[in-house]
Amino acid sequence: MRVPLSWLAEYVDLPGDATPDSVMAELVKVGFEEEAAHGFDVTGPVVVGQVLEFTPEPQSNGKTIRWCQVRVAPEGQKAADGGEDVRGIVCGASNFEVGDKVVVCLPGSVLPGDFAIAARSTYGHISDGMMASAKELSLNDDHGGIIRLHEMGLDPKVGVDAIELLNLADKAAEINVTPDRGYCFSIRGVAREYSHATKAEFRDPAGNAQPENAHGFEVSIDDATGIRGRVGCDRFVLRTVRGVDAAKPTPPWMITRLKLAGMRSVSLVVDITNYVMLELGQPTHAYDLDKLNGGIKVRRAIAGETLKTLDGQVRKLDAEDLLITDGSGPIGLAGVMGGESTEVSNETVNVIIEAAHFDPVSIARSARRHKLISEASKRFERGVDPKIGEYAAARVVQLLEVHAGGTADSLGANYSTLGDSPAIWLPATFAQEITGVEYTVDEVTGVLADIGCVVAHVEGGYEVIAPSWRPDLAHKTDLAEEIARIVGYERIGTRLPVAPPGRGLTKNQKLRRAVLTAAVGSGATEVLTYPFVSDEANGYFSDAASKVVLANPMQVESGQLRLTILSGLIDAARRNLSRGLTDLAIFEEGSVFLPTSGYGKAFDLPNAESRPTVEILDSVMATLPAQPKHFAALLIGERVKQQVGVSAQNYDYSDAIALAARIVSATGQELTVRQGSTKGFHPGRTAELLVGETSIGFAGELAPALASDKDLPRRVAAVEIDLDVLYSSAPEVLQASPIFGYPAATQDLSLLVPLEVAAGDVLRTIEEGAGELLEQVRLVEDYRSEKLPEGQKSLTFALRFRATDRTLTQAEASESRDAAVVLATSKFGATIRA
Amino acid sequence: MSGSNPINSGVVDPLVDSSLAGIASAVDLAALLEARSALVGETSEISKLNASIKNMPNEFKAEAGAILGAARGKLNAAFAARESELAKVAESLALAAETVDVTTWASHAPVGARHPLSLMPDQISDIFIGMGWEIAEGPEVESEWFNFDALNFDADHPARAMQDTFFIEPADAHLVLRTHTSPVQVRSMLDREVPIYVLCPGRVYRTDELDETHTPVFHQVEGLAVDKGLTMADLRGTLEHFARLMFGPEAKIRLRPNYFPFTEPSAELDIWHTAAKGGPRWIEWGGCGMVNPNVLRAAGIDPEEYSGFAFGMGIERTLMFRNGVLDMHDMVESDIRFSQQFGVTL
Repeated sequence: MRVPLSWLAEYVDLPGDATPDSVMAELVKVGFEEEAAHGFDVTGPVVVGQVLEFTPEPQSNGKTIRWCQVRVAPEGQKAADGGEDVRGIVCGASNFEVGDKVVVCLPGSVLPGDFAIAARSTYGHISDGMMASAKELSLNDDHGGIIRLHEMGLDPKVGVDAIELLNLADKAAEINVTPDRGYCFSIRGVAREYSHATKAEFRDPAGNAQPENAHGFEVSIDDATGIRGRVGCDRFVLRTVRGVDAAKPTPPWMITRLKLAGMRSVSLVVDITNYVMLELGQPTHAYDLDKLNGGIKVRRAIAGETLKTLDGQVRKLDAEDLLITDGSGPIGLAGVMGGESTEVSNETVNVIIEAAHFDPVSIARSARRHKLISEASKRFERGVDPKIGEYAAARVVQLLEVHAGGTADSLGANYSTLGDSPAIWLPATFAQEITGVEYTVDEVTGVLADIGCVVAHVEGGYEVIAPSWRPDLAHKTDLAEEIARIVGYERIGTRLPVAPPGRGLTKNQKLRRAVLTAAVGSGATEVLTYPFVSDEANGYFSDAASKVVLANPMQVESGQLRLTILSGLIDAARRNLSRGLTDLAIFEEGSVFLPTSGYGKAFDLPNAESRPTVEILDSVMATLPAQPKHFAALLIGERVKQQVGVSAQNYDYSDAIALAARIVSATGQELTVRQGSTKGFHPGRTAELLVGETSIGFAGELAPALASDKDLPRRVAAVEIDLDVLYSSAPEVLQASPIFGYPAATQDLSLLVPLEVAAGDVLRTIEEGAGELLEQVRLVEDYRSEKLPEGQKSLTFALRFRATDRTLTQAEASESRDAAVVLATSKFGATIRA
Repeated sequence: MSGSNPINSGVVDPLVDSSLAGIASAVDLAALLEARSALVGETSEISKLNASIKNMPNEFKAEAGAILGAARGKLNAAFAARESELAKVAESLALAAETVDVTTWASHAPVGARHPLSLMPDQISDIFIGMGWEIAEGPEVESEWFNFDALNFDADHPARAMQDTFFIEPADAHLVLRTHTSPVQVRSMLDREVPIYVLCPGRVYRTDELDETHTPVFHQVEGLAVDKGLTMADLRGTLEHFARLMFGPEAKIRLRPNYFPFTEPSAELDIWHTAAKGGPRWIEWGGCGMVNPNVLRAAGIDPEEYSGFAFGMGIERTLMFRNGVLDMHDMVESDIRFSQQFGVTL
């Protein structure tokens, strides 16, 4: 809401030196955040001038300029800038005549956009000032020519200050109005709140014009079912003014206030209805009475009906839309926008004014449905004072009489089904129980009376009737909040509550930290990517047909949620590479989004008035996709860079597996690896990652075609792990093994095995065959050569043996080793390499 | 007796003296080895004298043996001492030759780093764990019921339309990307027994275009306490403690009235930022308030018996003014230099 200060000052006392900032500083205390300050940004000597004569001068560029002599001060007096009383001014506009009074910006004045006016040489003359258009003064967007003051209904003396004349020095404070305070979409509401903040006296603008009883215009409401059981309209006031001159100009002070409040001047009648809306918060609508066809009926639309709204759009109506209709059919989308057929025009003579109260939900739905968020709908949606309609209509009548020369008529209507507001019971200490602040009885009654409540202090508490403009005050908590707000939050004390003994981080929370620490310890850098990916990116690593799809993505091409983290990491890698960061180890931990069988099923949400049953909660949960946590990393370029005495080493598939091993180890488990394949990975350089027999993910190299397609180097190591699966088998408590100090015996073993046998399988077989004495076995070489028997490779293992109770002899170690060889021979046909 | 003993100190002493001089003049271990061979080896003078003993008259043998033995002892001791001296010299020469320029040290492993947006929630969690609170989590794709309805955002509530929500298809499944971590508060109230003290960190989504201060994907941390007799003083006390641990013992907070559907009364939380550019000033840090009774009811908690408070703040925003990050782009672009400047600490 933008609040012109001159307007605000009419209804609450402002200090003489008030600025938008000082006003906003007060309003923030009562809960209105500051948004911005607004003004016309016109300064300096801007005066009323009169065109004495002009000479049209055609130019070589095809334009015709006018060389004008303009009086800018009474004869013989100095002008506001200290210069001559008549000035020569070059003007490009041609909409004026000799004798017209105009707005002259003299040298030294500054217009919006820091546009400084100076005497300047142009078209062969010295142009000693500028005659301004309405747009140049940011009064409106009309650039049809310069301002002719008589067209605005003004005939001021030459030389007077035009800034003052047009109220261009006025400024506005813009505040954010929260959804519960619809009444503050008005000067009336903001003035009241300013009074709460400063204790300055509030004068209710509702008192500007007194309602008069009008009748005889037929109004009916036909909305038996309403929306959510609420009838769409409970108040409908009509007033008539006859004999208006709708073509008269809007008074300049009204134009500037509308402009400062963020609204455009349209025409006198429309401007008056908007002005009253801004002043009182009640949207009003003016119909051309002579275009109406019989009485008015408020009803829901019938499927197939259409309405051409004031903005020229033909709207297809929905059966939920609330309409204003007459004998001809729909003439307005209630509370949102009027129709074109009954619109007032410059020829309108008789006007009938509507000030109604509509159900917020009905208006909100229509406005959203038609994507037509109007000033009216914004207010109805947040709640308009249902009792202000009569006053608003009276105020419109009053302004039409004064400015459009009309006469009020008794024709009208005053439909109302409003009842009395129920009393709210506020227990004596309730506000204190919420805030911890001790409020006196005087404070409670004082605050509630200030905000407009009727308060009765009775045994044990207060009976409170909320004012009609505060539909948000329905429960005792609402009242407690008002007491806390108006008395001030600075009265709230400080106490640190003691929580019961907590259980610390959960197992998975601890494991997550261990995993991240392990990844960092491996030299990788954490990044966080958006989980929005394209359909193509979701297909890099998955063939899943079903994905989680956004209805309103920021970018259409990234309209899905990721199935894998790697899909997003590829872009992250690309960005780093494009910035010259060619050696990368990046990882991310986060959710992926996997549709499940129940995902996306149509579902009516339960109400939230009480705790839903377990069955209902289960069915809510069942609509969600699975969202397991994953870990993924991409390793690109050099792991070790060339340095003094060190040659560069590139990342390769084994770095990805080693990273996976550290991640698994961080959860107290051991990684097993076997040759695997998965989409998007190199078919010969991919490991399936297992814990026990459970697959937890893949590591290896990206498919080179994918890498090159994404402008990555050919060799990119990658890993993705399902952390939820990994965590599920992690032990709660690790059990220690004893450490024995007897000397170890070490032996090397070279086995010839067929090429297709995996070294990892041989290693596990050695472990199994060697038995208890084998403490550790490590593959040290995978040797391939034409000198070996065809189809065979030589695997060399380093074995370390140790006994738990004695010093082992080499003979015992050899015996154990031989047992391992026997098993390897039986399984793989392995032979000891001579 | 026939004359005097031919091996006497008059003969041996000069020999010993000249040999000692020879030992002392050996400049390195190789020279010493040569000297040893020349001075006490088989062909040396002293060895020759020794060999001559067996041909001497018996009465001289003992004395000659003693004299030569003492001389050998002296020389061997001198050899050992000189050898040790020369070994030390040799070692220090060898070490000197191994000198390197230590400023050329090489790193054989890259240094990793956490992302501050993932690290800061961990640090905040630790603060609250220390107060006995627990950490609660929930899904990012969430049912509208948890994200809105249960939080007193009625289906037609204007605030629901103001949330800039990402919706998930199909519309009639009523799924959204959560717009705040508050649905985790609802889940916590449904899952846990009162009293409840939980912190809910997590990733949230709103349809804001990425610019210097906005991002459609961001992080929040929210707190929820439900217990008997909690008031706004408990809220303020908790926030003050939190603020001091985050921003130092001088930190101050201020509450300003505001509106949120899920709290009443509601407040905006400002923090006194002493290190702000252009001098200390109040900075908006988050929102908070007393849990709206409707929210307690939706979770099956009787608002006549229990009350609660809740608060929430943005991690990105906190990082911006606490750690001087100027542009949101730096936080979301995955440029490794951003994480690496922090390493594993904030």
